[in-house]
Amino acid sequence: MELEYSADHEAFRRMLRAFLENNRARAPRMRTFASGVVDPALLGWQKLLIEHGYAARGVPREYGGAGADPDPLIATIIAEEFAQARLSRGVSGQGLDMLVPTLLEHGSEEQKRRYVPPTVRGEMLWCQGYSEPGAGSDLASLRTRGRVEGDTLVMDGQKIWTSTAQFAQMMFALVRTEADAPKHAGISYVLVPMDTPGITVRPLKTMTGEAEFNEVFFDAVRVPLENLVGKRGEGWKIANTTLRHERNMLGSASTSVKLFESARSTMRENRVDGRPALENPVLRGRLMALQAKTLAMKCHAMRLLTCQLRGEAAGVAGLVTKLNGCQLNFDLAGLAIDALGEAGILYRGGAQSSEATRWQFHYMFQLGLIIGGGTAQIQKNIIAERGLGMPREPRPAVPDPDAR
Amino acid sequence: MDFGLSEEQRLLDATLRRLLEEKLPLARVRQVSAESEDGVDEAAWRALAELGVVGCLIPEKQGGSAGTLLDAVVVATALGHGCAPLPFLGSAVLAPILFDALGSPAQQDEWLPRLAAGRARVAVALSECVERRDDAGLRLEAGRLHGSARFVVDSAGADVFLAPAGAACFLLPASAPGLELRPMPTIDRSRRLSELTFDGVAADEPLAGDAAPGEVAAAIARALDAARVVLAADIVGSCDRALELSVAYALTREQFGRKIGSFQAVKHICAEMAAALEPARSLLWYAAHAFDALPAEAALSATLCKAHLSEVGRDLLRSATEVHGGIGFTDECDLQLWFKRVGLDRQLLGGPERLYAHAAELQHLSS
Repeated sequence: MELEYSADHEAFRRMLRAFLENNRARAPRMRTFASGVVDPALLGWQKLLIEHGYAARGVPREYGGAGADPDPLIATIIAEEFAQARLSRGVSGQGLDMLVPTLLEHGSEEQKRRYVPPTVRGEMLWCQGYSEPGAGSDLASLRTRGRVEGDTLVMDGQKIWTSTAQFAQMMFALVRTEADAPKHAGISYVLVPMDTPGITVRPLKTMTGEAEFNEVFFDAVRVPLENLVGKRGEGWKIANTTLRHERNMLGSASTSVKLFESARSTMRENRVDGRPALENPVLRGRLMALQAKTLAMKCHAMRLLTCQLRGEAAGVAGLVTKLNGCQLNFDLAGLAIDALGEAGILYRGGAQSSEATRWQFHYMFQLGLIIGGGTAQIQKNIIAERGLGMPREPRPAVPDPDAR
Repeated sequence: MDFGLSEEQRLLDATLRRLLEEKLPLARVRQVSAESEDGVDEAAWRALAELGVVGCLIPEKQGGSAGTLLDAVVVATALGHGCAPLPFLGSAVLAPILFDALGSPAQQDEWLPRLAAGRARVAVALSECVERRDDAGLRLEAGRLHGSARFVVDSAGADVFLAPAGAACFLLPASAPGLELRPMPTIDRSRRLSELTFDGVAADEPLAGDAAPGEVAAAIARALDAARVVLAADIVGSCDRALELSVAYALTREQFGRKIGSFQAVKHICAEMAAALEPARSLLWYAAHAFDALPAEAALSATLCKAHLSEVGRDLLRSATEVHGGIGFTDECDLQLWFKRVGLDRQLLGGPERLYAHAAELQHLSS
């Protein structure tokens, strides 16, 4: 057991810290795509970060990245120091996080040259077209069709839960190209320009009151066949390499640590009857119980990082972060609301309290994350089946009339 | 950066588990629990001593292996997994830490080698330092001890006791006149607790007779931190076993023409157990490491660790019993052994509410 970093890694940390201090003024404000207008300050910041190897670090130089060897510890230090300094990490989003790794692994040379550099620079925004109204947990039952006509793919159907679709220039999508193939084998991975005629984007307002997502409709949308990534029918396999990536991002310990600290501040600062909420032993006990869980998730992240460094399989321990982390975040928001008492119910539009608004937003949004990116129930299936070796639910004996 | 057990610790774990399977099969555990006077399997304890694990917190010059608390956690996890009727907490954790911190060189030389060899047993009366009942506690009057100390773990068959009273900690032979040992039967038969009653027992051998003020209290606080981490490790080992038994049962038992483990209602319970247990294990390792290497974090992480594991352990054993259905409620089903073991671990030396309150104090969050 050794929680210190090596001298080389600590030297890297000092260099990064100095860089952040010296360049603080050049950093853009901490929002990325909220407006849809590409922020020149963000693009300049991204360029600077790539030059220094602090962004797109593992992306090869020929595709616009920093071209460094992968080192999970360096990645951790970068995440820690930017969070500590409260500075933008540059361009983020599903393009850089999910599409770029997919293209680097499965894309053609032409696709890599065409799409990776502008995505890495932050000039090309992407959205992810996976979920459909009828294909959520059972994603492989998706029905958006891609009919091949000569060298063109003609798409019809609908996607849902598409964040940033209203701003994105491109979508990476899963479509059913082989109607007669078994469910998982009939899917292809395709890159779709969002300005193609026949695409309609409609905002999807959630319970928070904001449209964090969209619905996207495809009506005879024509995309060149060369936009397929990998071969026809290989889309499921290709998408799965990045889905695993998404599950690891949801429920990360750093989010829980921030929420815990913020909840503790709320309980310190919010006074009822002249005393802070923290002095209420029941609320304080709840905070301590969540502190233990937060610390456990922080330690768990170090353990999983170590597995990665040692090249060991994490086993069932590697499958539990999303389930635990999202539930913990939800509970932290719930505690903060309770600590605020009646003030905890305030929401937008009033003059009184922006703090309650923030916690109510977290409370709802974290519930959304318990469901999104693989529901808690799907996570439990994964933990039981892959982690504990328990059997899958038997398939129904009666054939589904809609089955393809 | 390397967060996890070392190669040596994994080897120790594997060796220990083999040894426990061989020396302490469950039939033997049940036999010792039912028939033995002091509730300890002497042969297994000696075998552990030969392996060097009884002395894992004892310096090398006194015959120990000078290990870390994380080493002790590896041992305690395996002992929990095996429901081992062995006095590890008392004689291998609490007593060595107090002798090491407070004992005179002569006291250390007298007791530590014998403890390491498994040839002496020392129990420590600490419960009154955690929560004192109205009618319990020790009074020191004119060099003699009066009163009682309760819930003294691993006390049956102990050769001597360590008992804090006033600002000192006294070493008392089990045979001291006026000292009586009354068994306190608990739900868990794999470790024995007693009440010690003191009727004018001569308190003439303090540990650290010349210790600076506060030194005894600090040593006791540190011993409590270690004990809490070790109890949490016992819970983790017990939970491991309960989850193994549950999954195995769910893959064997059939109802409605299917293995019950194929029903989501059952397999999701098992998934929840694993999901709760794995981060808790990470917290356990961290708390042990903090005790060894991060003085500023040690007390808080030990406190949070024991509180959290107590909650995880209770929920997990209840779920495991439910996965077993009716058979889980029987004496014949081995699972109940760990249900009870975790029940004791949870309450001993502070349950969740007390420990969360303590954690708040440690962070100056209380009024």
